[in-house]
Amino acid sequence: MNFSPTELLAVMAARQLTGVTSVFAGVGVPLVSAVLAQKTHAPQLIIVVEGGSMGPQMMPGRLPYSTNEMRTACRAQMLPGITDTFLFAQRGFLDVGFVGGAQIDPFGNLNSSVIGSYQRPTVRLPGSGGANDIISLCRNVMVVTMHEKRRFVPKVDFVTSPGFLAGGEARHRAGLLFGKVSRIVTNLGILEFDDVTKRLRLERIHPGVSVKAVQENTGFALAVPDPLPMTEAPTELELRMLRGIDPDRNFLGAA
Amino acid sequence: MIPSADFVEARRRLEAKPQAAGEKLVDLPSAIERIRDGDHIAIGGCLFSRSPLAALTEVLRQRRRELTLSRNLMCYEGELFMAAGAVVKLMTSWFDIALPWGLSRKLREDVEGGLVQFEEWSHLGLGLRYRAGAMGVPFLPTLTMIGSDLMEVTDTKTMVCPFTGEKLCLIPALFPDVALIHVHRADRFGNCQIDGYPHMDVDIARAATTVIVTAEEIIDEDEVRSHPDRTLIPGLVVDAVVEVPYGSFPHECYGLYEADFDHFEAYTDEIKEKGTGAINNYLERYVYNVPNHQAYLALFGEGVLDRQRQNAHELVGER
Repeated sequence: MNFSPTELLAVMAARQLTGVTSVFAGVGVPLVSAVLAQKTHAPQLIIVVEGGSMGPQMMPGRLPYSTNEMRTACRAQMLPGITDTFLFAQRGFLDVGFVGGAQIDPFGNLNSSVIGSYQRPTVRLPGSGGANDIISLCRNVMVVTMHEKRRFVPKVDFVTSPGFLAGGEARHRAGLLFGKVSRIVTNLGILEFDDVTKRLRLERIHPGVSVKAVQENTGFALAVPDPLPMTEAPTELELRMLRGIDPDRNFLGAA
Repeated sequence: MIPSADFVEARRRLEAKPQAAGEKLVDLPSAIERIRDGDHIAIGGCLFSRSPLAALTEVLRQRRRELTLSRNLMCYEGELFMAAGAVVKLMTSWFDIALPWGLSRKLREDVEGGLVQFEEWSHLGLGLRYRAGAMGVPFLPTLTMIGSDLMEVTDTKTMVCPFTGEKLCLIPALFPDVALIHVHRADRFGNCQIDGYPHMDVDIARAATTVIVTAEEIIDEDEVRSHPDRTLIPGLVVDAVVEVPYGSFPHECYGLYEADFDHFEAYTDEIKEKGTGAINNYLERYVYNVPNHQAYLALFGEGVLDRQRQNAHELVGER
């Protein structure tokens, strides 16, 4: 069965949620993946969305465009206020944070604020939203993003959401006592961080993708393990379920 | 404007204000006349949910200027204020309509061009600013925003926790001059009921000096008294209440009507085609040339309103 890059990304991200109790998910592909996990291998998964929705079971074909609308609240278990939703994460209740990509550097720092200077930017981006909070407060954060050279840059112009900052122990030293960015899931492979330096390296590659393609789409050098394990291709069931969730392809893009 | 974290001044302002006892029902223009040029307005709801759009439209119609707007996630109402030349500073964690409609061109033009100041907080960071304001304290400690460049561009501080020795980020209280909030139901004394998401409205109402509420429906005092558990904002903190059915439209109001995504599409298509000048045409058509909210709703038509009610019903069911 053929699949698009976005579909591959969504399936690979959904698989990361095996055995996870709760996922704090951003809208877009991260949320689609969480819904896919809930409809396949993780029926008890508690999805949390920052607009104030805890434990929703979203309606196929009516995925939300925002974190805070009725579509996001379908069959939820609780609708806390926004501040209180984040405070569940600060207290330590939330397992996995699932955030989308903007610019990302070799230490997992994310920029969704500005290209250029903050005061007079070349490009003013939408901003943090809850990304900074999710990455600072959840136990374990995964970034779900398309793998493009313009996203994977040697240095971000602005650290909106801190990964490992300058690497090594920098994150902990800055005062981020809990949590970590553990993994970057892309449409080309899965990237993780070196235990000591906290620098990104390639961990797994998706079927049909070459190391050369990964490197060409990354703006900095990635260490590659030898042998390099390969992920399993999306199954027919996963793809069928995924397309059922977003039949109008509002989030999955062109087939 | 009350300086950041100045809980003493915020308390003085509140005590200097005439106590808001008794009936507060007024019409929309009189409610909005309380807003002054240069005020900081905190906007209730979130993005395109329960936005006080009728109230904001009236602010534009009254041509207020030099405003600061704060909101957790800011939608195209921010663009309308920029196009009207009514805003000098936006304070938010995120500004856009939503992913499918792309980056805001107006935001890019005005912020990149230095016409409007954009103060970015994390979503929780801004929430804690309102919460600290609601509590009447100067700041709240948190573990969010630490280590990020957001700390460099906002007036957060760090401190070593006097109990544990750990480093903490301190978020300064925000005391808006005015809170604009749209609710499902209120009585004539301003006791407010909200269905669905409360967003940050309860904190915003308590943090602000003046609170203006629009309600889908004015209900009887007895209805409030028989369900006091449903009151999220007490009349005590409210200064003016206005009955405005569809007061968030074309944004959504939980359980009552879904956001009109077709309208968002048409609005952004116009901007894509004609540039951000299209927003000024929109202002003429939907704000300046309509005398009131009823006339505004007529531009959408009964059919659209009915369809959006039906959508809400399908999503939320009987309530």
